[in-house]
Amino acid sequence: MSSALTIRQLTKTYGNGFQALHGIDLDVAEGDFFALLGPNGAGKSTTIGVLSTLVNKSSGTVSVFGHDLDREPYALKRCLGVVPQEFNFNQFEKVFDIVVTQAGYYGIPRSVAKERAEQYLTQLGLWDKRDVASRELSGGMKRRLMIARALVHQPRLLILDEPTAGVDIELRRSMWSFLTELNKQGTTIILTTHYLEEAEQLCRNIGIIDHGRIVELSSMKDLLKKLHVETFLFDLKDSYSSVPLLQGYPARLVDHHTLEVQVEKSQGLNALFQQLAQQQVEVLSLRNKSNRLEELFVSLVEKNLAKVAQ
Amino acid sequence: MTSQYLNSEFAANLVALRTIVHREIRRFVRIWPQTLLPPAITMVLYFVIFGNLIGRQIGDMGGFSYMEYIVPGLIMMSVITNSYGNVVSSFFGSKFQRNVEELLVSPVSPHTILIGFVVGGVLRGLAVGFIVTLLSLFFTHLQVHHLGVTVLVVLLTATIFSLGGFVNAVYARNFDDISIIPTFVLTPLTYLGGVFYSITLLPPFWQTVSLGNPILHMVNAFRYGILGVSDIRIGVAIGFMLLATAALYTLCIRLLISGRGMRQ
Repeated sequence: MSSALTIRQLTKTYGNGFQALHGIDLDVAEGDFFALLGPNGAGKSTTIGVLSTLVNKSSGTVSVFGHDLDREPYALKRCLGVVPQEFNFNQFEKVFDIVVTQAGYYGIPRSVAKERAEQYLTQLGLWDKRDVASRELSGGMKRRLMIARALVHQPRLLILDEPTAGVDIELRRSMWSFLTELNKQGTTIILTTHYLEEAEQLCRNIGIIDHGRIVELSSMKDLLKKLHVETFLFDLKDSYSSVPLLQGYPARLVDHHTLEVQVEKSQGLNALFQQLAQQQVEVLSLRNKSNRLEELFVSLVEKNLAKVAQ
Repeated sequence: MTSQYLNSEFAANLVALRTIVHREIRRFVRIWPQTLLPPAITMVLYFVIFGNLIGRQIGDMGGFSYMEYIVPGLIMMSVITNSYGNVVSSFFGSKFQRNVEELLVSPVSPHTILIGFVVGGVLRGLAVGFIVTLLSLFFTHLQVHHLGVTVLVVLLTATIFSLGGFVNAVYARNFDDISIIPTFVLTPLTYLGGVFYSITLLPPFWQTVSLGNPILHMVNAFRYGILGVSDIRIGVAIGFMLLATAALYTLCIRLLISGRGMRQ
């Protein structure tokens, strides 16, 4: 499979001397659904800024579907659709006009642009709002408008910078299915998000960036395998004031009815349930304390923080 | 690069140019009470107060009634302020709302972006100039002495001030910055640019100083086109305007390519 995005030794130092990127290497295959994760200020938005030409790189190379950013910027831009983190459309323009105008910037004739605008606004549930000034839309609608605008020239690579920030759960899930369908149809997608559940649900491959460096680059499956310990929360039927004795399982009481237990992958849950049953501890339900990817993410970032501090 | 590729790039940029111009026209027409109406009201006041009431006391100037004499200057004044104002507010507004990013991430060439905004500014300048011309017909009789000069001068003037507005918008960091140049530079230069008087009325020293005012050349060249009288040499004025257009265009393109105030 050919490469949708190739980044080599990408660096960015801002005018104030802050180095946001320290020689990043990144490959995203065509057709991939790729998560680019990292804490705030890690360099995700700078990387996306360089790709979308809103940030001038200091050194390194970037190519999208073989089009080099320095040599063929216009060909590269034609392949790229960007949904930025912040709303950046004209607040006074109508929804329909925003999408049609964006198509015009890509050289798409007005008649075709109108058809596509109708198609994407309908798919994203905004067709009824086509004649409304964009400032009158809700936050979720504005996010969907930015996706429709980014898709109107039918890019081969779509970059979404926190597309579901501030969006309610129901809408987020409908956006997930829309993006999954889009990816199935062949659009390569790069997603940055703070909702790690979202990345785990949608993405096949993942890159974690921290302090301007890629600290992890692998498939989601392989990354999750690295999670050796999971933390579970057990809802207990009876009230307890001390922790039941569980051999080989570090545990603590969160409150009188909630027990937190760390379980290593090699241990499994059967032996734990046996011990609980022996002590006549009745469990009503259990759940992961946090998202699995979140646990890994935190441990990787903490590890990198320690390395940087050294 | 193949000729087919260049043709498709050119065709795409033509569509983009049409889109930008269309958007600019939509913008100033949508907010017509802010863009088209105020200059019309202001100019009617000028015609009534300066042309009619005060003009009657002044008598003839350059062989024409005072009203006839000031009409070309007032038309130019509205073209200058509106072409400048359109580009400076539209482009700065795009920067402020960050929707300039829509253009920057798309494959539109800097020339197309600049020409699109400039055409928008020129069209607003011409639209207001046309409205003012129509209004002036209620107060005086107008006949065009040299159509070619009239059209060329009004187009060059609107282009120069659209480009000037673009430079201002690129450097502006807040809304105060877009009103400094019109208030402290354009307005004094326009009022001292021979709109209301002939520089032959000034002492020799101030006549020479006035020749350094570019707006004087534009107003007089336009007045020549309409009335056939001028305080300056038309060839020099047009040559200066062509040079200014080329210089400002080059500066604007450099600013766009460098991404100043737009790219980090």
